[in-house]
Amino acid sequence: MTTTNMAPDSIDDVQNLLRQQSYVADRSLAVPIFLSLKLQRPLFLEGEAGVGKTEIAKALATGLDTDLIRLQCYEGLDINHAIYEWNHARQLLEIRLMEAEGGLDRKAATSNLFSDEFLIKRPLLQAIDSSRDKSPVLLIDELDRADEEFEGFLLELLADFQITIPELGTIQAVHRPIVIITSNRTREIHDALKRRCLYYWIDYPDFQKEMQIVTSKLPDAPRRLAEQVTGFIQELRQTELYKIPGISETVDWTAALLALNQKELDPSVIDDTLGIILKYQDDIELVRGEPVRAMLNRSRNQGPRRGRGGGGG
Amino acid sequence: MSSLPTKASTNGTSSDGDTGHILHSMLLFAEVLRGLGLDVGSGNVLDLVRATEYSPIGRKQDFYHAARCLLVHRKQDMPLFDEAFQVFWRKPKTRTTTQNIRSMGEQTRFRKPQVAPPPGAETGTEGGSAGENDDAGGSVDLTRTYSAREVLREKDFSEFSTTEINQSRRMMAELTWKMDLRRTRRLIPGRGQQLDLRKTLRLNLKYGGEPIELARLTQKDKLRPLVLICDVSGSMERYTRMLLHFIHTISGEVKQVEAFLFATRLTRITRYLSHRGVDQTVDEVAKAVPDWAGGTRIGQALKTFNFQWLRRVLSGGAVVLIISDGWDRGEPELLAQEAARLQRSCHRLIWLNPLLGSPRYQPLTRGMQAAMPYVDDFLPVHNLNSLEALAKHLNSLSTKRQLGPHYRPKLQEEADTSEAVLPDSSPLDPRLAPTFRHPLWGRGR
Repeated sequence: MTTTNMAPDSIDDVQNLLRQQSYVADRSLAVPIFLSLKLQRPLFLEGEAGVGKTEIAKALATGLDTDLIRLQCYEGLDINHAIYEWNHARQLLEIRLMEAEGGLDRKAATSNLFSDEFLIKRPLLQAIDSSRDKSPVLLIDELDRADEEFEGFLLELLADFQITIPELGTIQAVHRPIVIITSNRTREIHDALKRRCLYYWIDYPDFQKEMQIVTSKLPDAPRRLAEQVTGFIQELRQTELYKIPGISETVDWTAALLALNQKELDPSVIDDTLGIILKYQDDIELVRGEPVRAMLNRSRNQGPRRGRGGGGG
Repeated sequence: MSSLPTKASTNGTSSDGDTGHILHSMLLFAEVLRGLGLDVGSGNVLDLVRATEYSPIGRKQDFYHAARCLLVHRKQDMPLFDEAFQVFWRKPKTRTTTQNIRSMGEQTRFRKPQVAPPPGAETGTEGGSAGENDDAGGSVDLTRTYSAREVLREKDFSEFSTTEINQSRRMMAELTWKMDLRRTRRLIPGRGQQLDLRKTLRLNLKYGGEPIELARLTQKDKLRPLVLICDVSGSMERYTRMLLHFIHTISGEVKQVEAFLFATRLTRITRYLSHRGVDQTVDEVAKAVPDWAGGTRIGQALKTFNFQWLRRVLSGGAVVLIISDGWDRGEPELLAQEAARLQRSCHRLIWLNPLLGSPRYQPLTRGMQAAMPYVDDFLPVHNLNSLEALAKHLNSLSTKRQLGPHYRPKLQEEADTSEAVLPDSSPLDPRLAPTFRHPLWGRGR
C-alpha cells in the first residue's frame, strides 16, 4: 500500500513536476497536492468551469508517469457504469455453448459464468485493480453532475479502496490510486464526502500566473499578443458577466487569434471573436462595441497588475 | 519536528516546540474553528498532525495551506478560517488567551441585529387587534358550529395576532407539503421498459439460460427541490412574520429547500432554517438580514440570485417561489430581464403575492407588470386557504414535462379554487414583451 517511488519528496518537487507538464501551480495548490500524495487522501478541487481542475489530474498522471483513469459523472451514474458490469451477452452465449457441449451443471455454470473473464471493469474497478504495479491517477470529474446515490458508492470506495463483488469476492488495491475529484459546484457535495478529502478552491488566476499559463501552453504566441489577451480577459473578469471566461477560454482565444494571424488585439477582431470567450448572448450584447474599446484601452494602460480578488460568493 | 509550530502559542505561555504543545495548539485551533461554525472533524485534526510530520512543512505559509486544505471544505468558510488563523498562530504580543479568540468567534456568529426584528410581538399587545380577536372568537363560539379554525383559515395574515400566528402554525404543518416528482435517470427495479440483464440472467439460469422471467428496471422519481425568494421590504412588513413561519414550516416538510430574503440585497437564510424552534430561526434571520423592512429592489435581488446562486441551487429541476407584492423601486427593465433568465433556468416560476387576496387587486405596479410575462403561476398568499391551494398546486405540477401534445395544464381548476390571476390580460409595454414564450401560454384556457 505505497505510492510509487517516483512520488515527489517535497512541495518544490511537486511544483517542478507540474511545471514540466506546463501546468502552473502556485504554492497554495502544491501543498494540497503534496499532502494528498503523502497522506493518500483524495484531493477535492472546486471552482468555476475552465480554471484547470481537470488539467491537474492529467499533468499529475503524465508527470508521475502513470495511468490516468477518468470517470465522467452524470445523473444516474450507477455501479454498472462506474465500477463493474457483467458481460451479459457473452454469458448468454456461453450458456448456449455449454448446452451444445451437453450437460449443463448448474453449480459449475454459475461459477464459470461469473468469473473474471465475463467481468467488464469500469473506471473505479480499474483504478484498484490488484495487477497494477504503481498507483494510477483516478480522476472523478464533475462529481456535482452525479446524484447523491453515487456519492454513497464513492464514500464506500474511498474509505478503504476495496470493492466487493458478490460473485467474485473482495478486490483490494495494492497500490492506492491518487484520487482527484472535481466539482463545478452546481450543487453542494455532501460534507461526509468532503471531510474525507483535502479541499482546494481554484480561483481565477492573476495576470502573472495567467500569462505563464498562456505562454507555456502556446509557446509560439507572440509575447505582445499573449499580454494583450491576458490583460483584456483580466479586465473582462471585472465586468458583471453572467459567465466569466476561464483560463481555457483565454488559451483557446489566443490560439484562435494565432490562427487568424493576428499580431495584436484590436476592437474589430475582438467583436468578431467574442463567441470564443463569452458563451451567453446577454453577455456578448453587454460588452460588444464601445465597452470592448474601453476595456481594451484600460488593459493597455494598466499593463500587468493584480488579478481579480476572491470574487464574491 | 518542524520549526513552524514553535510560533504557535497557547494561552500566552512561551512555547519551546514541544510536541505536546503543538498538538494541544492544533486541537485548540480546531475547537476555535468549530466555535466559528466550521465543520471540523477530529479525523481532520489528526491528518493535520500527520501532515506536520512531513518535514517540508516548515514554513508558515505551507502550514497555513496545509491546515486550510485539511480543515476547511466549504468555500464560504475560508474568510473565517483566515481570520482565525491570523489571530491564533501569531506571536503573543499581548496576553491573548484562547478565551479572547473564542469570544471573537461568538461575536462573529451572534452579531447584534442592525435592524430591529420584525414587529411580531407588537401585534399581540396592540389593544385593538387583540380585542377584535376576542370578539371574533366569542361570536363564533356562540352562534354556530362553524369553528374558530374556519374563521382563521380565511383571515388575512396581516390581521393576525401572536396567538393566531401560533395556532395557524399547527394548521400549516398539517397541510401536506409534498413537492411534485421529477423523473431522474437513475434506474431502479420496477416495471419499466429497460431490462435488468444481470438479474434476468440469474433468474433464468434454472431454465438453462432461456430468458423466461424478465426483470425490468424503471426510472426513479425524485422530489423536486424548492427555492424560496421572499421579499421582506417595508411594504411587506405586515406579512413577513407569518411568511417566515411559512418558510420555516415548509423547510421542515420538504426535503430540499433553499431560502433567500431580500429587500435591497439578497441574503441566503437556508442555514438558519434548521433550527427546530421557529422563534430562534426568526431571531437569527432578523440578525442576518441587514436590510430588513428597507426599500425594494426586486430586479437587483433577482440578478444577485441569478449570478451567484442560480447555478448552485437550481440543479435537479427546482421549483422557484418568489413571494413579493411587486412594489419595486428599481428599474423594471432589469426585473424583466432577470425574471426571464430565472424562468428559463427553473422548472416552474411561481409568484406569490399577498395582495392578490383582495378581489379588487390588479397587478398594475411597474414591477409586477415587468415580471408578469415570465411568471408561470401567479397565486395569492394571504391566508391559510391560499396556502392550502399552494400546497395542492406544488404537489400536482405534473411528473412529466408538460410539453407533450396530450398535456393540458390544470390551471383552469386552480383559477377557480385559488382565484389565480393569469398573466397576459393587461396591456404591456412592447419593450418588455417576452423574448421567450413558455410553451404553456395560450394553452388550456
